Amino acid sequence: MSNQQKHWEKTRGLLFITLAIWFVFSIGIFLFGAEMNEVTGPFGYPWTYWFTCQGSLGAFVILIFWFANRQEKIDEEFGFSEREDE
Amino acid sequence: MKGNFIDNLPKVYGIYTGGFIGFIIIMAIAEQMGMTAKAIGIAFVAFTVFIYALIGWLSRTAQADAYYVAGRQVPTVFNGMATAADWMSGASFVAMAGGIYFKGYGYMALLVGWTGGYVLVASLLAPYLRKFGCYTVPDFIGTRYGGNLARFSAVVVLTVASFTYVTAQINATGTIASVALDIPFQYAVYVGLISILLCSMLGGMRGVTWTQVAQYIVLIIAYLLPVFWISNKMGAGFFPHFMLADEVARIGELEQQFGFVKNAAADLKSVPKGLAGITKAHSAVNATPWAFISLALAMMMGTASLPHVMMRYFTTPSVKAARKSVGWSLFFIFLLYSSAPMLATLSKLSLIDPNLPTGIIGKTFAEVEAIDWYQNWNQANLMFISDFNGNGTLELNEFFMGGKAVVLATPEIAGLPYVISGLVAAGGMAAAMSTADGLILAIANAISHDVYYKIIDPKAETAKRLLVARVLLVVIGFAGATIAAMEIQGILGSVIWAFDFAMSGLFFPLVLGVWWKRANRQGAIAGMLGGLIAGAWYLVWVRTGGSGFLGITQLTFGIFGSAVSFVLMVVVSLMTAEPDKATQKMVDDVRVPSGKTILGKSH
Repeated sequence: MSNQQKHWEKTRGLLFITLAIWFVFSIGIFLFGAEMNEVTGPFGYPWTYWFTCQGSLGAFVILIFWFANRQEKIDEEFGFSEREDE
Repeated sequence: MKGNFIDNLPKVYGIYTGGFIGFIIIMAIAEQMGMTAKAIGIAFVAFTVFIYALIGWLSRTAQADAYYVAGRQVPTVFNGMATAADWMSGASFVAMAGGIYFKGYGYMALLVGWTGGYVLVASLLAPYLRKFGCYTVPDFIGTRYGGNLARFSAVVVLTVASFTYVTAQINATGTIASVALDIPFQYAVYVGLISILLCSMLGGMRGVTWTQVAQYIVLIIAYLLPVFWISNKMGAGFFPHFMLADEVARIGELEQQFGFVKNAAADLKSVPKGLAGITKAHSAVNATPWAFISLALAMMMGTASLPHVMMRYFTTPSVKAARKSVGWSLFFIFLLYSSAPMLATLSKLSLIDPNLPTGIIGKTFAEVEAIDWYQNWNQANLMFISDFNGNGTLELNEFFMGGKAVVLATPEIAGLPYVISGLVAAGGMAAAMSTADGLILAIANAISHDVYYKIIDPKAETAKRLLVARVLLVVIGFAGATIAAMEIQGILGSVIWAFDFAMSGLFFPLVLGVWWKRANRQGAIAGMLGGLIAGAWYLVWVRTGGSGFLGITQLTFGIFGSAVSFVLMVVVSLMTAEPDKATQKMVDDVRVPSGKTILGKSH
């Protein structure tokens, strides 16, 4: 397998992990919205309410930065990161 | 100042922010000295619009890459701010807290959808489109799939989605300008339009970028300052985001105590159009999982298909910067979105809790009608009370309010000085203007670059291309304003439709263009046109009394449109020949950050 194929394989792997986490916070937890809202969560808000106002939103912000860093590492590993002068 | 403009950005915008805060303080002092509310409103809107116009003029350019992609030198954090302003429209600013106030949990699917979409933007599209080096979204489609028909189909989808969106934004600028400047809406729409064009016409994307950063600073101050102030004034906590659990619980208690009494249809007829009462629980789960998830999903996929957002990531210096920039965009959006539910909570509690001095439920009608702010907002057609059961005291189901009032009126209800209301008007104006700018530019650029330059006259010189681009900007702006002046549809409904149109026609052609090498021209054209037509058909069908299926409503018709688009694209691609070697090589090159962009610096 060529260098580029390996790079793409890893990139795709990262995509699947990223989308899986994204799925949990955007869709997965809301399948159990009613049950989860019975329980008190962070700062005393009900769990589901907290996720819709802050939790999921914050998770997305962190997820994107995490993804960007991981992807940079993958690009570096296979020598595909950009040079500064490009 | 030494060095070039880009190196000095933090300093420039630091001084700007300081200057704006200074202006707020001067207005506050002027209010104490007897400046009228009307004069303060005019001063806020006029001052900020003047600054944006000045930035627009300073950013004027005659170069194609500056006009289309701001010279590809916008640093990550600043591009994040510009995207946030581009993204958060008049609807986010003025209507979102109101929507949460009235509809609670079910509405908050929009909060999740309008943020979660950025994960898709960052991981599936933005870095690859940046590597591609295109000027516009149809530029990517046209080059990846080849042929004028593919390019033109993309322009059609882009125009339908963005135009639906832009009329709503011009409508919002008009509404705010008409309130703040006290002129009729029909004229205010054009005042708003001229302000919008001042920012974008001379500098194109470069002008829009630097005004959007300035607009973000105004809108975020204008949103957060009242939320913190009101929370502190009510004694609800000095940092509302972490401290409103008791207030949320208290609203639940009051809802139990008052109950949601359903009004008779005849009684509701007397309520002015556009006003609503509280009929849904504030924090309880009041929507089925599918209703919530389908709305969130439609908004997420729509986010990843809207060209005016995507093109912001064409302006970063590198692929790496494009990825990081998506993160910053969402961070700046998060600051406002996470505050909207807090504002809705504070607003609702201050109105309905009889234990608070501002609470009106349980008071007699004579008492409420004597309150200054009630009279003001009743006159503005944003508040209304009516004694349906004739017992003389105001019940929860007898109080009606417009969605906009939650943001616009809460500062006044909580007893904040008028200077805050002026600030909020300036913030709303900034939010609506920045989005309208991005949208009009997206449409005008697609038509001038993709239709005029790439299809009609490929030999046109830069000067002529930019002239065409500017003429189109004005024409599209006026067309949008004319439709906005007719006031056909509400702000929020048309915003949501724009997302559905975009995802119906563009989501899969864009994503598969990068992630599926086998996708070809025939498949992409079938996907774009088929998806758009299927989505539009579903919308018309449901609007004209159709029952719909699978719980897909007129707000989520993009789910149907994009499903059709996906199936058509895959089936047609597989039935026709695979893309040629050159195209496959192109896709390979897009997938790695290093090396030259696919399209040259100037094309």
